Amino acid sequence: MKQSFRITGIDCANCAAKLERKLQKIDGVTSLSLNFFTSKLILEAEEDRFDAVLAEVARVTHKEQPDAELGKA
Amino acid sequence: MKKKLTPLIVSILLFIPGLILHGRTVWLSPVLCTVSYLLIGGKVLLKAAKNIRRGHIFDENFLMCVATLGAFAIREFPEAAAVMLFYQIGERFEHYAVDKSRRSIAELMDIRPDWARLYRDGVEQEVDPEQIEIGDLIRVQPGEKIPLDGVVTAGTAALDTKALTGEPMPRQVQVGDDVISGCINLDGVLTIRVTKPFGESTVSKILDLVENAAGQKAKHETFISRFAAVYTPVVVGAAVLLAVLPPLLIPGQAFSDWIGRALNFLVVSCPCALVISVPLTFFGGIGGASKKGILVKGGNFLEALAKTDSVMMDKTGTLTKGEFAVQEVCPVGMTKEELLHFTASAECFSSHPIAKALLSAALLPVDPSTVTDITETAGFGITATVSGKQVLIGNEKHLQKAGLVVPSAEGIGTIVYVAVGGRFAGHIRIADVIKPEAIDAISRLKKMRVRRTVMLTGDALPTARAVADTVGIDTVYAELLPTDKLEHLEGIFKTTPPGGRVVFVGDGINDAPVLARADVGIAMGGLGADAAIEAADIVIMTDEVSRVATVIGIARKTMRIVRQNIVFAIGIKVAVLILSACGLVGMWAAVFADVGVSVLAILNALRMLK
Repeated sequence: MKQSFRITGIDCANCAAKLERKLQKIDGVTSLSLNFFTSKLILEAEEDRFDAVLAEVARVTHKEQPDAELGKA
Repeated sequence: MKKKLTPLIVSILLFIPGLILHGRTVWLSPVLCTVSYLLIGGKVLLKAAKNIRRGHIFDENFLMCVATLGAFAIREFPEAAAVMLFYQIGERFEHYAVDKSRRSIAELMDIRPDWARLYRDGVEQEVDPEQIEIGDLIRVQPGEKIPLDGVVTAGTAALDTKALTGEPMPRQVQVGDDVISGCINLDGVLTIRVTKPFGESTVSKILDLVENAAGQKAKHETFISRFAAVYTPVVVGAAVLLAVLPPLLIPGQAFSDWIGRALNFLVVSCPCALVISVPLTFFGGIGGASKKGILVKGGNFLEALAKTDSVMMDKTGTLTKGEFAVQEVCPVGMTKEELLHFTASAECFSSHPIAKALLSAALLPVDPSTVTDITETAGFGITATVSGKQVLIGNEKHLQKAGLVVPSAEGIGTIVYVAVGGRFAGHIRIADVIKPEAIDAISRLKKMRVRRTVMLTGDALPTARAVADTVGIDTVYAELLPTDKLEHLEGIFKTTPPGGRVVFVGDGINDAPVLARADVGIAMGGLGADAAIEAADIVIMTDEVSRVATVIGIARKTMRIVRQNIVFAIGIKVAVLILSACGLVGMWAAVFADVGVSVLAILNALRMLK
């Protein structure tokens, strides 16, 4: 399952790149891309685990970038 | 994103006397510099403190604080304040540049309709386009965007398709015409019966494609993110070694001197310039192409396209219009007008492409009431009576069967022989029309040093050869079945030098396997052709074949800027690192190598969005 989200409040492109690398390592993520310029996060994960993976993505995002907000695309 | 200017200005005003008085006063200069520093850098200090608690030691704010506080420690007060000032000014520029690129990107995406005017049970209401179902009627006023794909049921209008096709000429539509979402209605009021839900409408598809293009990363982008992941720790590690080792190992070396040099390393350790500018350039390339009506599905395809060695093209629909037209009229015993008139009249009830070509070539008006007794013989032709005269139209055999002697004619395309009133009246040659811009398209490719141009077609060799010669294509493979095309593609691969890429251009109809197998598959006439959008790597929204050269040009420009930025950013950083290690440059140079380089690289990348 693939879904896109809007992510705002990231300081800089390098921070976004670092966050992307961390998020890609989360267990259950098939593919993930974070575009700093379009403020878009595209997450692909297995259907039955999607919500759990998404929760983990949100948790790590908040830990790395407290000002970041993850919302509906 | 807007930050207040006042602290910056006050900070600069305090800094200038601080700098002038440096070394001349005991306390005034340090105080001025410190206040200036805190005013501009207070937030950076706070952020750094927060980040340390979260364990981010390679954070940019933190590194900047260590560097400047280090400068305080070695009593370089103006330097500390200057570095912070410089850093903040650079950051502002960076934010501005990022903002500007975001806005340009948002402009490119500005084809999404926000609402649709639904017309149901005699009532009009504005609703979310997503709520509209197939079969619903919507109304579009002048100046509004068409929200969903559909068919016009009432009204006529000129449509501006520029946002989709890059085509400045408006398109006229009337009742019965298909219209595509994203076009802007320039005049008239249109009522449209929706044929596709919003999610499958052209606008959604295009936006989805462009926004997700970033998902398919180019090799250069992957290289940059790998480089960034190791660059910072390596430089910070080197800084530590530089601060500690020389003073310990070399007698007579002061710690303060080497710490100063090491602090420079920390300032240069952010790979921001690369991390921002390389993806931005690819994005700019993709965005710039979409402005010209060319959809690129990923940075990797621009990368491949820049290395184009061979371009293979389908004939029908790509180099030719895929429409028949009368090319030559050779009458015997009557005028051209008369011959065309008899022929067109006899064919006026037929919907065959050849009949259409004849009808549109007729110079005199055709009156269907003068045509009677039409009989069609499959494989031969048509017999009809026009204004009392028997007319035979068809191949040589059709006329020979009627006992006529037919002089054989030669030429490209289909030849139609005509007899009127029992006498041979001449022949008309009909052929597919070469797109007028095809010649220019091929010559542009050659000027761009594309080594080989190849045409593939299912058509007969003489016809194919004639088209190829006209437009200037080198190699022709004719009389091919769809599977043969794939075989020829493999052959082309084998004779392509390593590093060169093979591009295939087709109309997306029945050449999907070739589109998929080529390094880059380009589909023409994507507007309304969903299959083409799915199958290809790059979609040209109009049917202009010259845009193949345009997109190769965009790809090359993108790669040029990417390479410039990589070489420039890494070059400056390495140079500043070496000079810093030798103690030849101050922290100013280091700040330039950090934010200055970022700003310049972003500005360079922004050229792509123009």
